[in-house]
Amino acid sequence: MKLIIVAGPPSAGKTAVIRQILRNLPKRSAAYLKIDVIYATEDEEIAAEFGIPAKKLISGDLCPDHAGIMVTADALGWAEEEGAEYLIIESAGLCLRCTPYTTQSLGIAVISAISGTHSPYKMAPMIALADIAVVTRVDLVSQAEKEVFREGIRDVAPDVEIIETNAIVGTGMRYLMQMIEGLEEIVEESAITLRGNPPLGVCTVCIGKKEIGWNHHFGVIRRLDDVENLFRGE
Amino acid sequence: MGKSLSSPGQRNLIMYTITILPGHDRNGDPEPFEALHLRPGDTIAIVGPTGSGKSAFINDIEVFAQGDTVTGRQILVDGAPPPERFVRDPSCKPVALITQTTKCLADLTVQEFLSMHLRARKIEEGDRIAETINLANQFTGEPIRSGTRISSLSGGQTRSLLIADAVVISHAPIILLDEIENAGIFRDRVITCLKESGTTVIFVTHDPLVSLLSDRRIVMGNGSVRAVLEPDGAEASILRQVTEMDNYLSSLRERLRSGEILSEQVAAI
Repeated sequence: MKLIIVAGPPSAGKTAVIRQILRNLPKRSAAYLKIDVIYATEDEEIAAEFGIPAKKLISGDLCPDHAGIMVTADALGWAEEEGAEYLIIESAGLCLRCTPYTTQSLGIAVISAISGTHSPYKMAPMIALADIAVVTRVDLVSQAEKEVFREGIRDVAPDVEIIETNAIVGTGMRYLMQMIEGLEEIVEESAITLRGNPPLGVCTVCIGKKEIGWNHHFGVIRRLDDVENLFRGE
Repeated sequence: MGKSLSSPGQRNLIMYTITILPGHDRNGDPEPFEALHLRPGDTIAIVGPTGSGKSAFINDIEVFAQGDTVTGRQILVDGAPPPERFVRDPSCKPVALITQTTKCLADLTVQEFLSMHLRARKIEEGDRIAETINLANQFTGEPIRSGTRISSLSGGQTRSLLIADAVVISHAPIILLDEIENAGIFRDRVITCLKESGTTVIFVTHDPLVSLLSDRRIVMGNGSVRAVLEPDGAEASILRQVTEMDNYLSSLRERLRSGEILSEQVAAI
């Protein structure tokens, strides 16, 4: 089994990139899992278009990357049962603090070339912990804009592979496919861990207390005027 | 033309010959040419109705298609598939495409944008930023200032800046321009500047003047190259007339913009 994890902000073109990957992989060699928070139909679309096993996980009140971590082992088992050679997991792309990439996988960050010069800086962990940054919609920008956007990615992740594409048409995908061809099988599933550190855990807001104001809450919290004071115990 | 226009041309461009090998039209039928060679300093116009495949043609060149685009074309550089760095490393890429989009979404000032581009290309700033802005200001009637935010430039200013950037900073030996006439810029000055600098230029255009100023015309239809025309001076008389008409229209445009009523009597054509 080979694991590919695709992250990136909403509407960056993650699904379009995955469609191109599926178009270029041997027919029916992959299984697909979409993780989202409220709504997703990509699983049905991908299943209908490529005839492959596809599932979705709606995380609801749970952080979607958290949900992803919990189900990845199950998903690998499911993909195995379905006889797939690849499992492709598409993240919800909401959290710019966490990254869903694991060890023994290929981590792909998808970013849109028209998302603004500062966007790579704002999603630095998502890019820096990925193996590849796929920049979509490059057909909409001129050469200088492409290079300036790329420089932002280089600032946060000097060594990440950058692949520029118009994912609808599939330009540039040959380089992504070369990297997928070089991807190694999972050696030991039980040894798979997250690449990055998850954020510090729980405060009283996280567990569902809705009252406003400082006096109702404790745990890992920050005050507006006092950012060094991270933790307040009861 | 101002003197500063000659300075970009004095830098030595590394020259390449680009070869386009045929793909197929929308019905899958092969294109009717064997190989198209674009030599250093060529100016070529891509013409044809909307939806005929003009933008796809220059996009193939921009991405160095290897049979992996919808058209199935293959692009060679000096007779061979281009090295990977031409495609993957922008500072080695000999092609700069200026898209049809007249907005640039970079959230930076002109100065910051050019400075970041110079950094991306590992070029010493020197006076390149001022040089780029000066050149851009010869292409547009609305002066660009270094402190202006990129996202608030007009369509003409954006195009002018990106073309000047391609000449001065990217220093690209091959420039692809998608419908340059859509933005308010001085087309003849752009063409003269690019010709003087020895750049290979490919225009996607609906504009008679731009078409006539090019050495060759590639005619597109149904996603494929239909014909490659080389007028070779045969259109010189028409070009003179169209240049005059264009100058006349430009003068009318300026007078209308400045609030005149054009009351002179002219003979019907």
